[in-house]
Amino acid sequence: MLGRTANALFWMFRYLERAENTARLLDAGLRMALTRDLVTAEEEWRSVIATAGLRRNYEARHGSYTGMQAWNFMLREKDNPQSVLAMFGQVRDNARQSRNAVSGELWEAINDSWIQIKDILAKPVPEQRVGEVVAMIRQAGTLAHGAIGGSMLRDQGYHFARAGTFIERADSTARILDIKYYLLLPSLSYVGSSLDAGQWDTVLRSVSGDRAYRWLNAGQIDAKGIVEFLVLDGRFPRSLAYCHSALRDQLASLARIHGREGQSDALMRDADTRLADVTIDMVFEKGLHEFILEFISTNAAIAQAISDDYRFLA
Amino acid sequence: MTGTGEYFDEMHASDGGVRDAYAGYQQWFAEQGSKYLSRKHRDAETQFRRTGITFNVYGENEAEERLIPFDMVPRIIDAGEWRRLTRGIEQRVSALNAFMHDLYHRQEIIRAGRVPERLFRNNAAWLPNMVGFTPPGGVYTHIVGIDLVRTGPDEFFVLEDNARTPSGVSYMLENRETMMAMFPELFMRVPVESVSNYPRRLAKSLAACAPEMTQGRPNVAVLTPGIYNSAYFEHAFLADQMGAELVEGSDLRVVGGRVQMRTTRGYEPVDVIYRRVDDDFLDPLTFNPDSVLGVPGIMDVYRAGGITIANAPGTGVADDKAIYSFMPEIVEFYTGEKPLLPNVETWRCADADSLKYVLDNLAELVVKEVHGSGGYGMLIGPTSTKAEIAEFRKKIEARPENYIAQPTLALSTCPIFTRSGLAPRHVDLRPFVLVSPDNIDITPGGLTRVALKKGSLVVNSSQGGGTKDTWVLKD
Repeated sequence: MLGRTANALFWMFRYLERAENTARLLDAGLRMALTRDLVTAEEEWRSVIATAGLRRNYEARHGSYTGMQAWNFMLREKDNPQSVLAMFGQVRDNARQSRNAVSGELWEAINDSWIQIKDILAKPVPEQRVGEVVAMIRQAGTLAHGAIGGSMLRDQGYHFARAGTFIERADSTARILDIKYYLLLPSLSYVGSSLDAGQWDTVLRSVSGDRAYRWLNAGQIDAKGIVEFLVLDGRFPRSLAYCHSALRDQLASLARIHGREGQSDALMRDADTRLADVTIDMVFEKGLHEFILEFISTNAAIAQAISDDYRFLA
Repeated sequence: MTGTGEYFDEMHASDGGVRDAYAGYQQWFAEQGSKYLSRKHRDAETQFRRTGITFNVYGENEAEERLIPFDMVPRIIDAGEWRRLTRGIEQRVSALNAFMHDLYHRQEIIRAGRVPERLFRNNAAWLPNMVGFTPPGGVYTHIVGIDLVRTGPDEFFVLEDNARTPSGVSYMLENRETMMAMFPELFMRVPVESVSNYPRRLAKSLAACAPEMTQGRPNVAVLTPGIYNSAYFEHAFLADQMGAELVEGSDLRVVGGRVQMRTTRGYEPVDVIYRRVDDDFLDPLTFNPDSVLGVPGIMDVYRAGGITIANAPGTGVADDKAIYSFMPEIVEFYTGEKPLLPNVETWRCADADSLKYVLDNLAELVVKEVHGSGGYGMLIGPTSTKAEIAEFRKKIEARPENYIAQPTLALSTCPIFTRSGLAPRHVDLRPFVLVSPDNIDITPGGLTRVALKKGSLVVNSSQGGGTKDTWVLKD
């Protein structure tokens, strides 16, 4: 497979994941706003924009936080390169780049979603439609994952695509945890105190983990439990542990197909060792923020090593 | 609707009956409700958009993607007609190939005084680098699209030879797929030759042209300018269907005297490149130094026998409309036979007598730029205003050698499906030809382009034309 094609598949799924995560965040924001006043839930939208990492960009353009402005910024604003519209455009461009390496089903799933998303985001999204848009974006991800799972040869292309998914997903969960942690906890001493359950609910919602968590914890919401769930619970498909384990499988398959290991495999092994024996108490002892920063940087280093090992660019 | 007699109607005879080739189709069509057909018409469009069969239009919104309108009434050619056509095409294509070889070697045809030397001297597509060099297998035009028009039952004319990079074959294939998906029952009733093995035939034909240096199974790659090229969909489609890599210039480099592509395993040699970039962009060391679409040094590898480039650089000479006007002489010179497929009568404005005739009759003629393509830079006399004609006259007078003129042909019509039923529209036909060292392979079918505007003679997709599935009936 061409290095460029591998790169396109990897990034196609990274952008798809990013678009999906933005939709999840929006969903959480809407939910919060609905419990207040949809249009004026300023604090809530500020935190959603911050969690998406768009605060500086947003505030350079808008003086205040209103729902309508916030979600349109995240969904479609031209000046926002991280908008769903821009990211989905990247998804499709990358799919076009790797057109002869993706199955017909996957291409049609992406192309069909693109046509719908582009259409619905052609004009500002009013409040009656924002839920529908969010659902459409999440469904686009589900369709693509279903199509790749059911139709693509388990060859290198598949593994590059999946590796992109898990790299991005791990990064996203880590960032959400980090920012939420600081937004929600005035200081470390608050860990374990009774926090606003609604806000933690939002964290879970933004990674679609609310139902799973409640199921596992009989409805009890507590900060430590949630952090443990999102960092260490290997059963939850958006936890750091799960993403890491899935990424490791993809890298192992790639190494097998190519008949050799590279820098990415070495970094992956180091990361595995570090995560293997960690307990949630150790995480908090070290400091969640420090732990997460290290995780994000390891994750980024693995992504870079994949790109080098498999000659994505040169 | 019946044939009016003014234009040859592919479906209807002049007495209003249905021509034999359409008998089976007409019978099926008559049984269908108009609502059903209208619904199918909409389905087809949705299907095309879903599968992403689009072409890019430059200059509007970066690269806006458009659908080429698809009409669901097939253009049908019977087996006998097709046999006659293929004989004519084979003759023309082998003459073209022999002509290219001659031009870049001994130039016998010029020595014999059958074509003037200025023809290629003034030709922008002429490549001095090709002089004295013979491409692997002696093939210049690996993939050819011959544009044909019809004016009567047995009157087919060649309108244009596309020997450089004919496009549109993906539409031939997708139009058929769409028709079969929409109307499976129709194909059970009417025996139509299959076109779906074209990619396999293309792969085989290209592999047969691999350079001698090739080890094992030839590695074939399609070279595209990238996703913003107007025909990117076709490039990706063909690579996909052939199981070949779709490469861009940045994926390739010359290593150890071979053209190699950057794979996730390292560099791997390519034996045959089906390139869809123009000569000028092929090698920045030899041609346009600013181009990033090509591969530095590929021409040196080529001349050393390390790679096959399809079509061969310099083949564009044959697409020139001034050369076209000499095709009857060229066919006769290399085959020793009269051309089976005639040219459209053509006046070369470079000749004083012809120029005078053309200027005196502009209102009746179609005038084209010698190097133009795609329906751009032309004058269609009968549908132009006096002012447009006057303006074009100035252009011709300023550079007469840049123009040729042809009569406006009475192009045949074929019905299209409209809201108010079938309506005749002008069509042309582009069959696709594959050339390997000892074989000329013509896929039974082709791309029928149709002018969707009533009365219009312009069928180019860039000018709002559409396409139809093209059927060659089995015997």
